[in-house]
Amino acid sequence: MNIVVLVKQVPDTYSERKLADADHTLDRDSADAVLDEINERAVEEALQLQATHGGEVTVVCVGPDRATDAIRKALSMGADKAVHVSDAALHGSDAIATAKVLAKAVGTVEGVDLVLAGNEATDGRVGALPAMVAELLGLPALTHARKVEVDGSTVKVERETDEGVFFLEASLPAVISVNEKINEPRYPSFKGIMAAKKKPVSTLAIGDLGVDAGEVGLGGSWTQVTEAAPKPPRAAGQRVEDEGDGGVKVAEYLVGQKLI
Amino acid sequence: MSEHPFTLFAIDSLLSEEERAIRDTVRRFCADRIRPHLADWFETARLPARELARELGGLGLLGMHLEGYGCAGTSATAYGLACMELEAADSGLRSLVSVQGSLAMFAIHHFGSEQQKQEWLPRMASGEAIGCFGLTEPDFGSNPAGMRTRAKRDGSDWVLDGSKMWITNGSIADVAVVWVRTDEGIRGFVVPTDTPGFSAPEIHRKLSLRASVTSELVLAGVRLPESAMLPGAKGLSGPLACLNEARFGIVFGALGAARDCLESALAYTADREVFDKPLAGYQITQTKLADMALELGKGALLALHLGRLKDAGQLRAEQVSLGKLNNVREALAIARECRTLLGANGITLEYPVIRHANNLESVLTYEGTSEVHQLVIGNALTGQAAFRG
Ligand SMILES: Cc1cc2nc3c(=O)[nH]c(=O)nc-3n(C[C@H](O)[C@H](O)[C@H](O)COP(=O)(O)OP(=O)(O)OC[C@H]3O[C@@H](n4cnc5c(N)ncnc54)[C@H](O)[C@@H]3O)c2cc1C
Repeated sequence: MNIVVLVKQVPDTYSERKLADADHTLDRDSADAVLDEINERAVEEALQLQATHGGEVTVVCVGPDRATDAIRKALSMGADKAVHVSDAALHGSDAIATAKVLAKAVGTVEGVDLVLAGNEATDGRVGALPAMVAELLGLPALTHARKVEVDGSTVKVERETDEGVFFLEASLPAVISVNEKINEPRYPSFKGIMAAKKKPVSTLAIGDLGVDAGEVGLGGSWTQVTEAAPKPPRAAGQRVEDEGDGGVKVAEYLVGQKLI
Repeated sequence: MSEHPFTLFAIDSLLSEEERAIRDTVRRFCADRIRPHLADWFETARLPARELARELGGLGLLGMHLEGYGCAGTSATAYGLACMELEAADSGLRSLVSVQGSLAMFAIHHFGSEQQKQEWLPRMASGEAIGCFGLTEPDFGSNPAGMRTRAKRDGSDWVLDGSKMWITNGSIADVAVVWVRTDEGIRGFVVPTDTPGFSAPEIHRKLSLRASVTSELVLAGVRLPESAMLPGAKGLSGPLACLNEARFGIVFGALGAARDCLESALAYTADREVFDKPLAGYQITQTKLADMALELGKGALLALHLGRLKDAGQLRAEQVSLGKLNNVREALAIARECRTLLGANGITLEYPVIRHANNLESVLTYEGTSEVHQLVIGNALTGQAAFRG
């Protein structure tokens, strides 16, 4: 079974994250960049499926040159090869533009049975990309998976959202996005780290994928960030003096906030 | 804006992508799996060594710089960087890995027969089997040439009698590399610890390296076949070669402990207010912090220099002594200075500082005491050996 995992490099959640003043895109120099943790889980799931069903695991990444670090991380965990789409024209691409490029990039991998992704990146938090890629590829989308099982040519997924758990089934090929509960990602082993250097990474520009510069980037995106402001600091709490009626006052406050 | 001492020295610019990846993996493993438990392990003097060994083996940490037999085969510098991360967690953890990889596995890898290598190395690399290394005796530490433990031939067998002291991993080991006196000089034996006559009582009441097992080895008529002897090691140069390997890891490791102390002190002094302003804002504090950062960074440059020499096959024993003497001595000084900055909090296990300081007292003594390394360097400088009299 050949699996593609979509991975993204994101600013480390531990470091301070900023948007650039000029165009409100991510200021990539301001923070340490890492492989998004949810993608580590997607890679882990792919490797576990590969261990049972065989085949190859290919990592596909759209991102600037330095995203190679994130790709190496996925390869050192055990993925077999990678496709890296890097092009200056991609700067500022929104989710739809990125999905177009990703779908084309997935198309360069032969005989894909399954596309895995994280359900939502920790930076942009759009959370729509896996469904968009599925739509563009004409494949079923099974999102927010907390469990994935492949049986022959069908895949069963436990989809978990705030509304509850759904049991889904689709025939392969399919696109699946995974949530935090899917697994605990492995640490790359030292042998894996050393082997990663020698694994094939094909670096492509958008021209190689037949994507026109006008369809992507700040200009080709349907959405644009027009303004960004930091969250206002949390206001100081309201103090309730307990004169025997503290409970009532707290309840009144909660009713006032329409919380109870 | 506050900066990490290592970024001030641009240490990362000296590392390859692979070296950084290995370092980051060990750092994250320690943060997830080790650090949350350290204060408990240290306080109760217990650690789940078997389970840990398997996890460390899974990463490829055990015997990582050895080639073949299931070992990862990294550079020596990468091994040093891994030691730094392990010891930033705790010197006891690094000791477990040093003894396994650089003493026990190295001895078998370097001096063992093919059969010994096949039998032990893959299981030791995976962490399924734990090894220890018995050189020191109750009466002979700095001068192991005086050892009394002996092996006598009996037909085609050897019979070992005597005792070893201060042996890391002793009570939990599956295999002990034991150095003994024979009629042919000092020789090494690979001793399965379930051999009749072998026992390894644990040494208790330590106030240093409490998250590490230290034991006595008792050899009472331990009978072994000829095939248990390490064929490649004749004389004291055998065990000394192993010690050189482990010392190399300590050159990096000790700095990990110091770095962790300095990070704690930087965070603490930024938050702690004394006389109405943060402790970090006082000149005396900054003098301490600046001097510590300087020694830490210089130590790291020295360690990396020695690492590059080792990877080029050019590192000499006296040069390892330079690194061990300087970096352990400075690490201990940093740990003690950081302790002062944390005030009373500095004496508790809520912070890693006193734990590191206490651990480093052992690190100062084992693998050649500071004084012994001074004598080695003195000998190199003057051509006059001053070990005796
Ligand atoms: C926690 C721990 C773990 C250890 N693990 C191991 C292990 O796994 N395997 C193993 O074989 N050993 C191990 N050791 C033993 C360690 O290597 C010895 O303790 C060390 O070599 C010093 O020997 P000693 O303790 O007998 O001190 P001594 O040799 O008695 O030294 C006492 C003092 O005398 C000084 N001194 C010695 N000779 C001279 C000289 N010529 N001139 C001036 N001063 C001198 C020393 O520097 C020291 O200050 C361990 C020790 C500790 C504390």
